Amino acid sequence: MANGSGRPLSPHLQVYKLPLTALMSIAHRITGVGLGVGTLLLTWWLVAAAAGPEAFARAQGFIGSFFGLLLLFGWSAALYYHLCNGVRHLVWDAGKSFELTDTARANQIVLGAAAVLTVLTWIVGLAAW
Amino acid sequence: MVELNLPANSRVGVGKTINVANGAKRAKTFKIYRWNPDDGQNPRVDTYIVDLDKFGPMILDAIIYIKNQVDSTLTFRRSCREGICGSCAMNIDGTNTLACLKAIEDVKGDVAIYPLPHMPVVKDLVPDLKHIYAQLASIKPWLQSQSPAPSRERLQSPEDRAKLDGLYECILCFCCSTSCPSYWWNGDRYLGPSILLQAYRWIVDSRDEMTGERLDNLEDPFRLYRCHTIMNCTKACPKGLNPAKAIAEIKKLMVVRR
Repeated sequence: MANGSGRPLSPHLQVYKLPLTALMSIAHRITGVGLGVGTLLLTWWLVAAAAGPEAFARAQGFIGSFFGLLLLFGWSAALYYHLCNGVRHLVWDAGKSFELTDTARANQIVLGAAAVLTVLTWIVGLAAW
Repeated sequence: MVELNLPANSRVGVGKTINVANGAKRAKTFKIYRWNPDDGQNPRVDTYIVDLDKFGPMILDAIIYIKNQVDSTLTFRRSCREGICGSCAMNIDGTNTLACLKAIEDVKGDVAIYPLPHMPVVKDLVPDLKHIYAQLASIKPWLQSQSPAPSRERLQSPEDRAKLDGLYECILCFCCSTSCPSYWWNGDRYLGPSILLQAYRWIVDSRDEMTGERLDNLEDPFRLYRCHTIMNCTKACPKGLNPAKAIAEIKKLMVVRR
């Protein structure tokens, strides 16, 4: 908070033990930003596909490399986390699931669902590749 | 605005250590934030090692003992010592709570005590609450009506009265507001959970006739909508209230009245 009084600002992030719900809140924002960046990668892939076989092969080569697959894994995990947590935000917007026992359970459901969806996607994806 | 680090004048150094446990069987270490406005130095953390058999079971008992017996310069607010006045709100073991309701035995290891987070410090554990009180005044926390005053009490059905449960119990200790990262970054304009819970307490009161004006006052990207349901407020509330839910109810009313 702004204060021109010469008074020190009391410690905040330095001392606060953020509960899981708070960590998941900041993770929602970070994955949101990550998805924005990831969409650039997707756009590059689409533009390359339109530009011709050579450009497409270059894009495909990068995305198929170890580093590319790592990025893709991060992007898919971020997508599913953001999606699952987004559904939870819809429930919150309806005024539900505000008791601490509800939020603790929802934390587990969101994390579990995101992990399962990510792993499933990669099992199906790698099997089809 | 988000500033993850503390300003230069607020960085916390290491202070003195006073050991008065004298080999006691139940010794406990308290690490307490200190800042003296008169010595021109940065804040520091002083360490007090004390004998738990010398005082009562709560954190407040410990800091009253330290002030009375060990270091009379230690400054903090306290009054009722039973969770009804809200004076001794502080950050204990990484969470905002009331020192009088927090049992020492619930803290594993050393007990770290800081003032309520992201507030200007008056001295030691005493934060400056001027701004947050001004925010409270801005929501007009009293019953407003336009109809002529009745000759007797303004009646309320038991159902309407029940809507105030979980709201009227708030003691304005501000544990919730100062636990909220949104309030840390935008506290100059965002009202924060405690003030919004108060606002909702008057919005749902069936006897209040200024509901529309109250909602108008909150319809603002900052005053209300900086709440992102981080839930620290509800987690911190020492009275077991749910400011996050109150804020969600205000947001719902905003949609419903469109």
